[in-house]
Amino acid sequence: MKVKMLSRNPDNYVRETKLDLQRVPRNYDPTLHPFEVPREYVRALNATKLERVFAKPFLASLDGHRDGVNCLAKHPKNLATVLSGACDGEVRIWNLTQRNCIRTIQAHEGFVRGICTRFCGTSFFTVGDDKTVKQWKMDGPGYGDEEEPLHTILGKTVYTGIDHHWKEAVFATCGQQVDIWDEQRTNPVCSMTWGFDSISSVKFNPIETFLLGSCASDRNIVLYDMRQATPLKKVILDMRTNTICWNPMEAFIFTAANEDYNLYTFDMSALDTPVMVHMDHVSAVLDVDYSPTGKEFVSASFDKSIRIFPVDKSRSREVYHTKRMQHVICVKWTSDSKYIMCGSDEMNIRLWKANASEKLGVLTSREKAAKDYNQKLKEKFQHYPHIKRIARHRHLPKSIYSQIQEQRIMKEARRRKEVNRIKHSKPGSVPIVSEKKKHVVAVVK
Amino acid sequence: MTANRLAESLLALSQQEELADLPKDYLLSESEDEGDNDGERKHQKLLEAISSLDGKNRRKLAERSEASLKVSEFNVSSEGSGEKLVLADLLEPVKTSSSLATVKKQLSRVKSKKTVELPLNKEEIERIHREVAFNKTAQVLSKWDPVILKNRQAEQLVFPLEKEEPAIAPIEHVLSGWKARTPLEQEIFNLLHKNKQPVTDPLLTPVEKASLQAMSLEEAKMRRAELQRARALQSYYEAKARREKKIKSKKYHKVMKKGKAKKALKEFEQLRKVNPAAALEELEKIEKARMMERMSLKHQNSGKWAKSKAIMAKYDLEARQAMQEQLSKNKELTQKLQVASESEEEEGGTEDVEELLVPDVLNEVQMNADGPNPWMLRSCTSDTKEAATQEDPEQLPELEAHGVSESEGEERPVAEEEILLREFEERRSLRKRFELSQDAEPAGSQETKDSGSQEVLSELRVLSQKLKENHQSRKQKASSEGTIPQVQREEPAPEEEEPLLLQRPERVQTLEELEELGKEECFQNKELPRPVLEGQQSERTPNNRPDAPKEKKKKEQMIDLQNLLTTQSPSVKSLAVPTIEELEDEEERNQRQMIKEAFAGDDVIRDFLKEKREAVEASKPKDVDLTLPGWGEWGGVGLKPSAKKRRRFLIKAPEGPPRKDKNLPNVIINEKRNIHAAAHQVRVLPYPFTHHWQFERTIQTPIGSTWNTQRAFQKLTTPKVVTKPGHIINPIKAEDVGYRSSSRSDLSVIQRNPKRITTRHKKQLKKSSVD
Repeated sequence: MKVKMLSRNPDNYVRETKLDLQRVPRNYDPTLHPFEVPREYVRALNATKLERVFAKPFLASLDGHRDGVNCLAKHPKNLATVLSGACDGEVRIWNLTQRNCIRTIQAHEGFVRGICTRFCGTSFFTVGDDKTVKQWKMDGPGYGDEEEPLHTILGKTVYTGIDHHWKEAVFATCGQQVDIWDEQRTNPVCSMTWGFDSISSVKFNPIETFLLGSCASDRNIVLYDMRQATPLKKVILDMRTNTICWNPMEAFIFTAANEDYNLYTFDMSALDTPVMVHMDHVSAVLDVDYSPTGKEFVSASFDKSIRIFPVDKSRSREVYHTKRMQHVICVKWTSDSKYIMCGSDEMNIRLWKANASEKLGVLTSREKAAKDYNQKLKEKFQHYPHIKRIARHRHLPKSIYSQIQEQRIMKEARRRKEVNRIKHSKPGSVPIVSEKKKHVVAVVK
Repeated sequence: MTANRLAESLLALSQQEELADLPKDYLLSESEDEGDNDGERKHQKLLEAISSLDGKNRRKLAERSEASLKVSEFNVSSEGSGEKLVLADLLEPVKTSSSLATVKKQLSRVKSKKTVELPLNKEEIERIHREVAFNKTAQVLSKWDPVILKNRQAEQLVFPLEKEEPAIAPIEHVLSGWKARTPLEQEIFNLLHKNKQPVTDPLLTPVEKASLQAMSLEEAKMRRAELQRARALQSYYEAKARREKKIKSKKYHKVMKKGKAKKALKEFEQLRKVNPAAALEELEKIEKARMMERMSLKHQNSGKWAKSKAIMAKYDLEARQAMQEQLSKNKELTQKLQVASESEEEEGGTEDVEELLVPDVLNEVQMNADGPNPWMLRSCTSDTKEAATQEDPEQLPELEAHGVSESEGEERPVAEEEILLREFEERRSLRKRFELSQDAEPAGSQETKDSGSQEVLSELRVLSQKLKENHQSRKQKASSEGTIPQVQREEPAPEEEEPLLLQRPERVQTLEELEELGKEECFQNKELPRPVLEGQQSERTPNNRPDAPKEKKKKEQMIDLQNLLTTQSPSVKSLAVPTIEELEDEEERNQRQMIKEAFAGDDVIRDFLKEKREAVEASKPKDVDLTLPGWGEWGGVGLKPSAKKRRRFLIKAPEGPPRKDKNLPNVIINEKRNIHAAAHQVRVLPYPFTHHWQFERTIQTPIGSTWNTQRAFQKLTTPKVVTKPGHIINPIKAEDVGYRSSSRSDLSVIQRNPKRITTRHKKQLKKSSVD
C-alpha cells in the first residue's frame, strides 16, 4: 500500500536568523486576488480621509515680542535657531526645540527692517529705520558685558532690506539704491540703481551667487549682476511686488509676491511671461520663501493665512490659519524642509508642519512602507471625484471664505465681459490675452 | 608790342583763374558773399598785375605781398606763401600754380577727415551695458539647464544632495591622540615600523605616490601591449592544455605523467644540490600534499568512478586493475617520505601504512550505509514506474473525456451558426415563393385564412409544448453525459423560450399580423414535425441536433418582427383596394425584389434586432449557482452534484423591471449607466494623459503588496522626494553636479571691476557705432 505523507522543506518556513522577516508564502496569481481596482480605490479613499483626520499642522507659538514681527531669519548651520526682528526694534533669538527665547537685543530705534545671518552662522546683520546697519555676534555676550554690535554702519538713507552673500563676506542692502558692501568697509563697494523709487527687498541668488534680485515700489522687479556692477533687466508688473525669493535648486527661477494677491514664478531668461501664476490668496502677499528642496514654496499674506504652493501648480496645496493669527508679515521654510515659521502682526511666531498630516519622529520600516503606499495611492486616485473632494476640503475662516466667493464672482464677471467684447467686435480686433501675460506690463532691457 | 602781349597773357591768366575757381566753388559750395570776395580779389589782382607791368613797381609788389601775409595770418592766402611771382610763371599759364596745389591739398585733407559723431546719451550707454551684461549672465546660467531638466524629470530626488562622506580623519590625527598600550598593539606597531609603513607625516609610501602619478602615454601603451601579449600567451597555453586534456589515450597520459615525475625528481635533485633550503620547502610541500591526501578520500575507492568500477570488478579484469592502481596511488601519496630523521617518526609512518589498509574497507561499508542501496534503489525506481503506469490509464481517459467535451463545446457554436445560416437561406427562398403565391391568390380569401389561422395556432401551441417536453428530456440526458459547464450553459435556454412561445397568441391583434402568422405557421407545419421525429429516432446523436429546433424558433420570432417592419404596406393595400392597380403593384414589387436581392448580404434590420436581443439578454438578471461539488455527497473527478442539490442552491434571479425600450421596436435604450457609480467615476481625462486607455491602464495596474512582490511593491511606492529629518538641505552647488565652480570670488571681481568695464564697454561701444 502506498502511504502519502505531507512533507515540508524547512527551508521554506524557517528563518535563518531571528531578525529575518517571517516567511509568508504568497500566491500572486491575479485570479486569487480579484477586484484590484475597487480595493485600491477604497484604500486610497481611506488614506485620504486619514490624511485629513491627522492634519494637525500647528506645532507651537513663540511669544515674547512686544510688537509685530517684521522679519525672520534662519540660522544657516543650526536648525533649532531662529532670529526675528520686530517693529519696535527688538531682535530675538529663539530655540525651536525648547521653544523659548534665548536672547533679546534692542537693536534699532524704530522698525527692524531686515535681518540676515552670515553664511557661516557666527554673526548676523540687521538694518533698521534709524539708518544703520549693525552686525551682531550670534553668541551672547559674557556675564556682565553689554549687548553691543560688532560693527555699526551709519548710512545716509533708510535701509529697507538686507541680504547676505551665500559664500563670501559681502552683503547687500536696499533703500534708495542697491548697495553691495564688503564686511570690512564702511562704504559700499558698489551701488546700483535703476529708477528712483525706493527698493523694498533685495535677495542674493543662492546658486549663482553674483546675481541679485530686488523689487521696488514702482511696480518693478530688477535683476542685478554684482560682478559687472550693473542691473540686468527689469520687469514691470501690474502692481507692486513685495518680495522675491530665488529657487534654491533652480538657478534662474524666482518667485515674486505681489500686491495683486498673486505670486508669479519667473524664469530669468524669459521675463515677459511668468512660468506660473499662483493665485489663491485674497489679499496682498507679503512674503514668500522656498522649501529647500525647491519643489514648493510658502507665502504669507495680509489675509491672515499662509499658503503652500507647489512650484508647478497654480493653486495652493495647503492653507494654514488660526483664529488669533493676524496679518502674516514674514514666513520662512526651515532648512530641513519639514517646518514652516511665520511671524505676524500680533507679535507671535508660529511653527507649522510643512506636511500637515505627517507623523513626526522616527518611523518604523513598516510605517514608512505604509506611508509611501498611501501616498502613492492618493496620487493614483487623486482625480476621482470623491477623493478629490475630500483631499481638497479645507476649513477657512469666514472672512477668507466670503472673500473667495466674492472674488470668484468678480472674476467670472470680468471673464464674461471679455468674452462678450470679443464676441461683439470684429474678429481679431480684440486680442485674447492669456492669464500669464495679463499681469506683465513691460520688460525693460 | 610787348605791352600788348603782356595784356593778352594777363587776360588769359584771369580766364584761367576763373576756370580754376569754378570747380573750387562747386566743391566747397561757399556762400554768396565769399563769391563776392572772390570777384573783388580778382579785380584787385588785375589791377596789381597791370600796375606791376611797370618795371619799378615789381619789387614793391613783392614787399607788399609779404606785408599782407603778415597782416592776415589767419586767412588762407591765395598767393603763394612768400613766393614771388615771376614773369616766367605768368608766361606758362597751363601749368597750375604751386600755391593752388597747397590749397587743394588742404582742402582734400579736410574732406578726407570725417566729423566725430556725437557721443550716445547716458541712458543708451547704460542700456547697452545692461544688455551685454544680461547676455553674459544668461550664458553663465545656461549651464544649469540640463541639471534642472534632469532634476525635474527624476523619479526620485534624495535631499540633501551632497553625499555626506563619512569623516575619515587622517592617520596622523588619529595617532597623535592614541598610544599603543597593550603588548599586542605594541607588537603591531613594531611590525608597521619595520615595514616602514608611513605612520605619521607622508601619508603615502613612495611606491603609492609613484603609482598615483600619471603614467606617460608611451609607458601606458607599452604596458598595454605587454598585457595583450601575456593574455594571448595565456590563451594559447590554455587552448593547448585543453587539447591535451582531451586526448583519450591512456598510454599517452601515462607517459606524460611519468615524464613529469622524472622531471620533477631531477629538478628536486638539482635543487637539493644547489639550494638546500628551497629543496626543504619542496619537501614540505610534498608533505603537505600527503597530509591533504590523508584527509581527503580522493583515492580511497569511494568516488563515483570507483563505485562503478567496484560493481564491475568481479567480471572485469581491467576494472580491478584500475582500482588496484588507485589504491596503490593512495598508498604512494600517503606514504611518508623517507627523510633521514628520528626513528620514532619512522615507526609512526609504518603504523600509518598499516592503518591505511583498514579504512578502505571501512569506507566502503560506510558508503553503503550512507548512500542508497543499489538494490533498494532499483526497487524504488521500479515502484515509481509501476505507479506511474498505474496512474496513467486512470488519467488518460479523463483527459480524453475532457478533451472530447471541450472539443464538443467548441464545435457547437460553429455548428449552430452554420445551421442558422442554412436555415436562413431556406427561409428566404420559401418566403419568396409564398409571396408570389399570395399575389396570385384573390383578396377575398383573407377571412377564411384568418379562421384557419386560429385553428392552426391552437395546434401549434400543443405542438410546441410537446416539443418542449421532448426537448427537455433529451437535454437532461445530454447533460448527464456532458460536463457541468455545459449544463450551466444550456439550462436557462428552455426557460427563456417558454415566454416567447406563450406570448405569441396574445399578440395577434391586427389583421396584418395574423396574416404573417399564417405564413409562419405554414413553415412550422412543414418544418416542426421533422425535428421531433428525428429527435425520437436519434437519441444518441450529439448536441447539434437537439439545438436545431430551438434555433429555428428563435429565427421565426425574428422573422415575425422583420415582417412587421418591412411588409406592412402591401397587406393594408390588399384589404382596401381590390385589384385595379395590380400591374403597378407588380412593377413595384419587382423593384423591391431587386433591391432586396441587391442588399441580400447586409441585413441591417436583422443585425439591429439581433443586437437588441443580445442587449436584452445581457441586461436580464442572471441566476446564481451556489452549488459546491463535494459537499454532502461524494465528490471527485467525473462526479457532479445531483440535480436536487443544484436545484436547491440555484438562486433564481428576480425578474427585473421592464425595459424602457420594450415597446419601442426600433430603439435600444442602454440602461447600464449607473448614476450612483457615475458619482465615483472620473469625468474628464486628467491632465498628463492624452488618451483614456492610458489613464485606465494606470488605474488598472495595482501597486499594493497584495498583488505585487515585495521588490516590485517597494519600487512602485518609492516617494518622489526623500528628505532626512534633521539634515540641513543646502542650495544646489556647481560641484554637486560635476561643474567647476568659479575660482574667483565675486568680491575680488567687483574690486577689479571699474577699469575692466570701461575698456570693455569702450570696445562694445565702438562695435555698436560701427553697426
